[in-house]
Amino acid sequence: MTGKTLQEQETGRTAPREGRREMTRDVLLTIEGLSKSYPGVKANDDVSFQIGEGEVHALLGENGAGKSTLVKMIYGLVKPDEGRMTFRREEYTPSEPREARGLGVAMVFQHFSLFDALNVAENVALGMDNPPPMGELAGRIREVSEGYGLPLDPERLVGDLSAGERQRVEIIRCLLQDPKLLIMDEPTSVLTPQEVNILFGTLRQLAAEGTSILYISHKLEEIKALCDEATILRRGKVVGTCTPRDSTAREMAEMMVGAELNAPQRAPINPGPVALQVRNLSVPAPSAFGTSLREIGFEVRQGEVLGIGGVAGNGQDELLLALSGEVKTPRDCVQINGLDVGDLGPNERRKAGLCTAPEERLGHAAVPDLSLMENALLSGAVRKQLTKNGFIDWAGTRRFAEEVVKTFDVRTPGIGTAARALSGGNLQKFVLGREIMQEPEVIIVNQPTWGVDAAAAAFIRQALLNRAAKGAAVVVISQDIDEIMEIADRFAALNEGRLSAPVPTQGLTIDEIGLMLGGAHGMHEAEVHHVQA
Amino acid sequence: MFRLEKRPTPSTFWSWGTPVLAVILTMIAGGMLFAMLGKDPVLAIKAIFWEPLFGANASYFRPQLLVKAGPLILIAIGLSLGFRAAVWNIGAEGQYIMGALCGGSVALAAYPAESFLLFPAMIIAGAIGGFIWAMIPALLKIRFGTNEILVSLMLVYVAENILSTLAFGPLKNPEGFGFPGSRNLQQYPSAHNADLIANTGLHWGVVTAFLAVIGAYILLNRHILGFQISVAGQAPRAARFAGVNPNTLVAICLGISGALAGLAGIFEVAGPGGQITDSFNVGYGFTAIIVAFLGRLHPVGILLAGLLMALTYIGGEMAQLSLSLPLAAIQAFQGMLLFFLLALDLLTNFRIRIGGLI
Repeated sequence: MTGKTLQEQETGRTAPREGRREMTRDVLLTIEGLSKSYPGVKANDDVSFQIGEGEVHALLGENGAGKSTLVKMIYGLVKPDEGRMTFRREEYTPSEPREARGLGVAMVFQHFSLFDALNVAENVALGMDNPPPMGELAGRIREVSEGYGLPLDPERLVGDLSAGERQRVEIIRCLLQDPKLLIMDEPTSVLTPQEVNILFGTLRQLAAEGTSILYISHKLEEIKALCDEATILRRGKVVGTCTPRDSTAREMAEMMVGAELNAPQRAPINPGPVALQVRNLSVPAPSAFGTSLREIGFEVRQGEVLGIGGVAGNGQDELLLALSGEVKTPRDCVQINGLDVGDLGPNERRKAGLCTAPEERLGHAAVPDLSLMENALLSGAVRKQLTKNGFIDWAGTRRFAEEVVKTFDVRTPGIGTAARALSGGNLQKFVLGREIMQEPEVIIVNQPTWGVDAAAAAFIRQALLNRAAKGAAVVVISQDIDEIMEIADRFAALNEGRLSAPVPTQGLTIDEIGLMLGGAHGMHEAEVHHVQA
Repeated sequence: MFRLEKRPTPSTFWSWGTPVLAVILTMIAGGMLFAMLGKDPVLAIKAIFWEPLFGANASYFRPQLLVKAGPLILIAIGLSLGFRAAVWNIGAEGQYIMGALCGGSVALAAYPAESFLLFPAMIIAGAIGGFIWAMIPALLKIRFGTNEILVSLMLVYVAENILSTLAFGPLKNPEGFGFPGSRNLQQYPSAHNADLIANTGLHWGVVTAFLAVIGAYILLNRHILGFQISVAGQAPRAARFAGVNPNTLVAICLGISGALAGLAGIFEVAGPGGQITDSFNVGYGFTAIIVAFLGRLHPVGILLAGLLMALTYIGGEMAQLSLSLPLAAIQAFQGMLLFFLLALDLLTNFRIRIGGLI
């Protein structure tokens, strides 16, 4: 390499940096008046903004604000109804993702498209339009992954990887194509705080080298830490732009929600006797890629909220199933108010006072094609006494469903509406409402506000706190650390099927939580040092 | 360009409109088929749908309608419960045969004693025979996770072989001059499932079919078990959440459908069939699958679908006689009905839009 080319490279790398400071950098992607309608909803309405070269641009908005539709148009998955785009000053109308990739637009989706039974290199090859031979590809994966501080062994099976490592596979697949624009859709929702730091290191390095990044999120602190510019969407429209470094999280949140936000209020607690006791709970993994639960033990007192944090796929689903009774365990593993219920099914446990709300709303907590009224019967039959000698009391069921809809402000044309027709937030309010209004003495919820807009999330958290104030023991399983810190009295981390000893949330720092979540993964710390070095 | 768009909620209109449209399309496509065979399509369709009800010989054919519809409805009601729960009993034909054999054997063993207890005993034996035959796939599925579709279907052929072995062997009429087949139960008063009102075709099997329709309607609309059946079919995880034990449900659904098929078998062999022969079964168990789907797995729908299907059977025979249409053409005609129904089912959950990308 001659001195001249080295110099060129260096100027090439530093020019965007300089440009950033002077705000004169070249424009990479321009979006003008993009609109897209679906039946009954205008997903995007006259959206315009620009992304400069080497810029980290945030696309900020609540669930349903139209972020996904917008990036799908940029990535060629959806065709806009109106408006135009230019990419590197040329007309840009991708008709399919392959064309977008060919021009240098890459995307990391929120939900990974990986095959568990294949190894890393094979998965990367499957997502490439012209994959090189395997040996060469493995070498390049090593090279790129080390170059960007994302260590990854190309030979490992994807089924054995953590969520953060899986995301690396997707990122590296994109980086191998040398993108000009990298779109990241909610990339941190599955990561521990330490993994987030590693990811941010990589993204900053990419930006410094001139790659533009479109970063989609609703997490304001992240955007402040990472992004140069932000475009804020609400109901499909651009409602504002800002420079995140110069704005407060509160200002951005209020633009995003379009209203003032109230933090949940809670009364000081006075824990009563133990309501839920779990002892030495071990459950084998239900499938090859599931997680075994290992010797889980904890107790929750009346009026207390226990938050169980952890990155998805560390046994959250399995824990909920074992507690709800959908998976049976030895008799003395689970105790409700002193009663052994480990070998009882869901309805017997409901009778004993335990209600649960699973994570998957459609298909687990509710039947998609059945009406809200029928879905009210699904878990409410026992405690609300909606059957008599096996015959259904439809009048009583109707009253119960209407009560839930009214009390929990579920926006629906009526209780005859099919569950699948409701928005995620509304259905979640219904599901939570259905459980809470059965007045359980123990309530266990898994990801109660996942994919729910901020207003509904605040409502749900308040409802859980209110239930606790009435003396119920509440267990909140959540990936959202902020949520746990907001409502839980004690915190425990679930990692690879093991639960750490619960500690009081008061005074706990994000770093301490991160280390608890990392648990047995000693390597996360090492990686953090690697990136910082 | 056509494209499909998922409806937010299933369309009630199309849920009931598709069977009607399927019948109309079957008439059109069937008419084309008959025309290609060189027959007058209008006459053929009229022979199938009109003559049995209002034609010159309708007084003979109308009772036949109930005789044919009875077993179809009875079997289809049982199957529909399983199909709603995603438990696929394809072997009703075998359960029907075993019901006829068990119930018929009771009668033949008692011959020639006369007792009012004999007929109930035969009915119970028939139900038990079908029930046990259906429990084989149920238990194998529960214990070993075998596929009930394959096992139940294969057991049809086992049942057919048992039937011919018995018809030519132990159950053969000792006074039958060497002809195959058992004694004729129609000539054995205590065992005969006669018309309750002469020449109406209304025998105990038809009554039982109507009772099954009412029972299934109540079960599905008013009882928690019916609710659990629907939930299990639509969302198995939600069913577990609601406290449903999937294994119990498999046993219940297969058990009920087997018992009802067995009942249909004994009512048939003691009534319109009369004799246990190696060919007394005419495929009711398979046709009932079409009836169940044609009736939207809904009891009242099945009642109507059973009558319609019976009509195509009788009318088909009529068309064979009067227009010398081949049997295969009639069977293809019946198959079309299911084909169009399943194809049009799409409209219940999707609407068709023309033009435009996603």
